[in-house]
Amino acid sequence: MEVKVLRAGQLTTVQDLGRRGHRGEGVASGGAMDPFSLRLANLLVGNAEHAPALEITLTAPELEFSEGAWVALCGARFSDLPGGKPAWVEPGQRLVLGKRLDGCRAYLAIAGGLDVEPVLGGRGTHLGAGFGGFAGRALREGDVLRAVKSEWLLTGHWSVDERMLPRYGREPVVRALSGAHALEFADALYTGSFRVSAQSDRMGLRLEGGVLERSTSRELLSSAVSPGTVQVPPDGRPIVLMADAQTLGGYPRVAHVASVDLPLLAQLAPGDSVRFARVTLAEAHALAHAQEHRFALLRQGLAAKILRA
Amino acid sequence: MKLEPLGDSAVVATLGEDTSPETLASVLRLADAVAAAGSPAITDLVPSFGTLTAFYDRPRVGENAAEAYAAVCRLLEACAGRGAVGPPRASRSVEVPVCYGGACGPDLEALSTLLGRTPAEVVGLHSSIEYLVHAVGFTPGFPYLGGLPEALRAPRRSTPRVQVPAGSVGIGGSQTGIYPVASPGGWHLIGRTPLRLFSPAGQPAALLRPGDRVWFTPMTQEQFESWR
Repeated sequence: MEVKVLRAGQLTTVQDLGRRGHRGEGVASGGAMDPFSLRLANLLVGNAEHAPALEITLTAPELEFSEGAWVALCGARFSDLPGGKPAWVEPGQRLVLGKRLDGCRAYLAIAGGLDVEPVLGGRGTHLGAGFGGFAGRALREGDVLRAVKSEWLLTGHWSVDERMLPRYGREPVVRALSGAHALEFADALYTGSFRVSAQSDRMGLRLEGGVLERSTSRELLSSAVSPGTVQVPPDGRPIVLMADAQTLGGYPRVAHVASVDLPLLAQLAPGDSVRFARVTLAEAHALAHAQEHRFALLRQGLAAKILRA
Repeated sequence: MKLEPLGDSAVVATLGEDTSPETLASVLRLADAVAAAGSPAITDLVPSFGTLTAFYDRPRVGENAAEAYAAVCRLLEACAGRGAVGPPRASRSVEVPVCYGGACGPDLEALSTLLGRTPAEVVGLHSSIEYLVHAVGFTPGFPYLGGLPEALRAPRRSTPRVQVPAGSVGIGGSQTGIYPVASPGGWHLIGRTPLRLFSPAGQPAALLRPGDRVWFTPMTQEQFESWR
């Protein structure tokens, strides 16, 4: 089956759940900025949770399907395609998502999954080094994606209970663990509200509206950072590293956002705000555990609604 | 050895706070010992200056969420015990041909003026030393090279370039490095190598790894062009 790109949208890339085992070579894990939504979109159409799907940023692409297919949209919401449940696209139909209602990134999964080759153990697009996904780059008008034809049937009249989703919003509170250099900063990270700057991208969210003063100017040796690391460059404006961030960093780390809350950050558009709340490592692990439990329930509930042909 | 969390999915082991070859050797011994232990819970190992960071997978580390961090710490402690007596990592010596100056090294002239030397002296100095790869990161395959002569140390450019071509050899602060993929960069560009430092299809993908020694040999513009 083929999916033709009639309009590409601002930044539409093929993403999965990222790469492992290559951070030591400088290759970021990458993958979906909001892994929760990618997993859910895949589950809704009967795919493996890690199957590659489209990550749509702010403006929607327009796609034409050569054959009929079930699709599901999760994450950012759009006016013309309800999220959180499967939708049938007719052969030859143009899939138009309409206007963005909220969120920053939507995940469009196609039943059967996109047919792209794995590179370094992942099928996601590494924009910086230009490999993986579709031709190692964002989609362009005229591209033709291949999708595996699905063999299963879905029944349509239901949708995912919103209470199962992360608490997305335009001013979320994200939970964060202390960073190695937390004591070099006053508590400003936890008292203020920060605005997401327009310079934010898949590498990191740049935050404005508050400056974090460091009590020392000691230079640091570069060491590993990870998605969620909140680093503070000399200008005092924090940057939250995200999926495509560099693997090593030399700026002080004031905090690390708990993995379970990275989807909340991924859905912030420029101009949205964020606040931070402290959690311990044990709490962060418990939160991740609880989210996996909710996911297991979703998986169970959905299994009954997808009929293998 | 000091152990501390990096967020909720990695542990940082600090073995030293310096950039000496001895500290690097102990970091790499630990990295090799952890890799040899073959724990399925460890997803990534990132050596850097004095530290080894072990990324772990929560579901596989143990049902008890609070146990995850402690389990990785125990593994690192056990490996540090074994690593201290294990063999050092075999170091490879890699020759990197570089076309210095001209279009390949647009900052060579200005940097030479800044350092009070002729371009030939800068090239001579830069290519007379064997450098040690301390870490690979920043962008895929980017080697952090230690050992830059004092005489070549210069502050970074005040305005970073938006696009540095792949293969560019730069000097920034007390370090020299090679940009494996086109990326933004703030270092002074003194030359360019036709070698590919990163190819996704390669085994391994990155040409250099921590512990390798690198030496630069000058090549002409014609040699550079014909190599490519």
